[in-house]
Amino acid sequence: MIIHPLFIEIAQVGILLFVAPAFAGWVKMVKCWFQGRTAPSLFQPYRDIRKLFAKDVTLAENASWIFRFTPYLVFGVSVMAGGIIPILSTDLPLSATADVIALVALFAIARFFTALAGMDIGTAFGGMGSSREMTIASLAEPAMLMAVFAVSLVSKSTSLSQMAFVISQGHSMLRPSLVFALIAFILIALAETGRVPVDNPATHLELTMIHEAMILEYSGRHLALIEWASMMKLFLFTVLGIASFFPWGIAQSDDLLSVFLSFPVLLFKLGIVGLGLVLIETGLAKMRIFRITEFLGSAFLFATLGMLSYFMLE
Amino acid sequence: MNMQLASQVNSLLAALILLTAFGLVVQRRMNALLHLFAWQGFFLAVSTAIVGYVGGVRDLYISSVLTLSMKVILLPYILHKLIVKLRIHKEVETVVNIPTTMLMGIVLVIFSYHLTAPIRELSTLVTRSTLAVALATVMLGFLMMITRKHAVTQIIGFLAMENGLLFAATSATYGMPLVVELGVALDLLIAAFIFGMFFFHISTTFDSLDVDQMARLKEED
Repeated sequence: MIIHPLFIEIAQVGILLFVAPAFAGWVKMVKCWFQGRTAPSLFQPYRDIRKLFAKDVTLAENASWIFRFTPYLVFGVSVMAGGIIPILSTDLPLSATADVIALVALFAIARFFTALAGMDIGTAFGGMGSSREMTIASLAEPAMLMAVFAVSLVSKSTSLSQMAFVISQGHSMLRPSLVFALIAFILIALAETGRVPVDNPATHLELTMIHEAMILEYSGRHLALIEWASMMKLFLFTVLGIASFFPWGIAQSDDLLSVFLSFPVLLFKLGIVGLGLVLIETGLAKMRIFRITEFLGSAFLFATLGMLSYFMLE
Repeated sequence: MNMQLASQVNSLLAALILLTAFGLVVQRRMNALLHLFAWQGFFLAVSTAIVGYVGGVRDLYISSVLTLSMKVILLPYILHKLIVKLRIHKEVETVVNIPTTMLMGIVLVIFSYHLTAPIRELSTLVTRSTLAVALATVMLGFLMMITRKHAVTQIIGFLAMENGLLFAATSATYGMPLVVELGVALDLLIAAFIFGMFFFHISTTFDSLDVDQMARLKEED
């Protein structure tokens, strides 16, 4: 049975909205197991979001429209990105309108506004967080684009659907360029989603926080939207990695059965990625902030080597 | 094993050798450097054996075993003993900071790709595409010797360069004559012993293996 691509699109956004908190919960749960603590429920993030939505918003007196507008923008951008990345199927109407470069730009818009909102109130922490975030972004974005280019060289396209399609058809697994690009992508994803070697998502430790420092002034539904968006960002980077490096199982047609079957495959892959993420997070200590240049520099190195090895070795 | 697969595996090994070469350039800790060097030797040995199998060159098996015993076991072991004895495990000083060194490394890789492109067009061997990587490994060994101040790291850079040369020989012409390789292996072994002795003398004379200290060798006037 054939279903309209529009429904796949809607299903994708639905999955993004409602599986992302569970994925964040899963990562937290596995992390607790690894550290020998009692884990919170898988559904704790949903409860947190619901609680925050019920609370009142406290706004600073000098908050401008940027501060109020940012949570909606960040949330909207995340939802939009869910329509571009092939999560269930490669046949997406939105995927034709925006390629992976546009996706990186979308993330950049969200980051730009978050940084502005961090500075908008005029607190010291906000400014510090914004400055750090932009420092990291200026290093992560070129590396991200390079990694993406290495994959799009292999698939001869920058459209994510096309990339996922070609890679899943590809007969050779042993492509050095893809291996390098994958390593680079993992490093960048850790930096972009604020995971351990770069930023610690679990604490509000004043001197080390990056992302938390910018959103410190948010409360109520604004905070709920931002938290939800950051869970979605983790989810989006995961599915982006899955779509570009392990696209086996993503449906390539509008057939209802194959779209339906791709969902459990997706959940299985998410579970594995969650485990891997926790292994990285528990195995590494948080880096000094001035070491991040080296961390992201090596991501850039890997991505460039990926591109070069496409020309040199393939 | 068919040609296609062998050449793919060889490419992957070449990529790993390049990766370890970069690892050597940017790594700060002594022990990690030795591990990386041993891994590079291991990848080189496997690659040599595969090329020997594909090309039907028996000599390369001996070369592979030589690499395995010398570069993976013996030399790292000697250097490790040396490091323990001289108590060097702290972070290594570099002349240029690490991100800049990485960028220089990338430029070197592009340069060697450009340099070997004509040879790649002419050659008909399975391994022709890995020549650029081999040259890049040599260059990165050079870079490591230039950017590091510590005598032991400079030696590791030198040995990594030798790895690159061996790899270049295998990928360009299916290996050097066996006599030459045996000679090189013997030279390396003797060099390692001489290095060891020199390190002892340098560290007892200057209380450090930082080569900047060598400036003090000048006569006072």
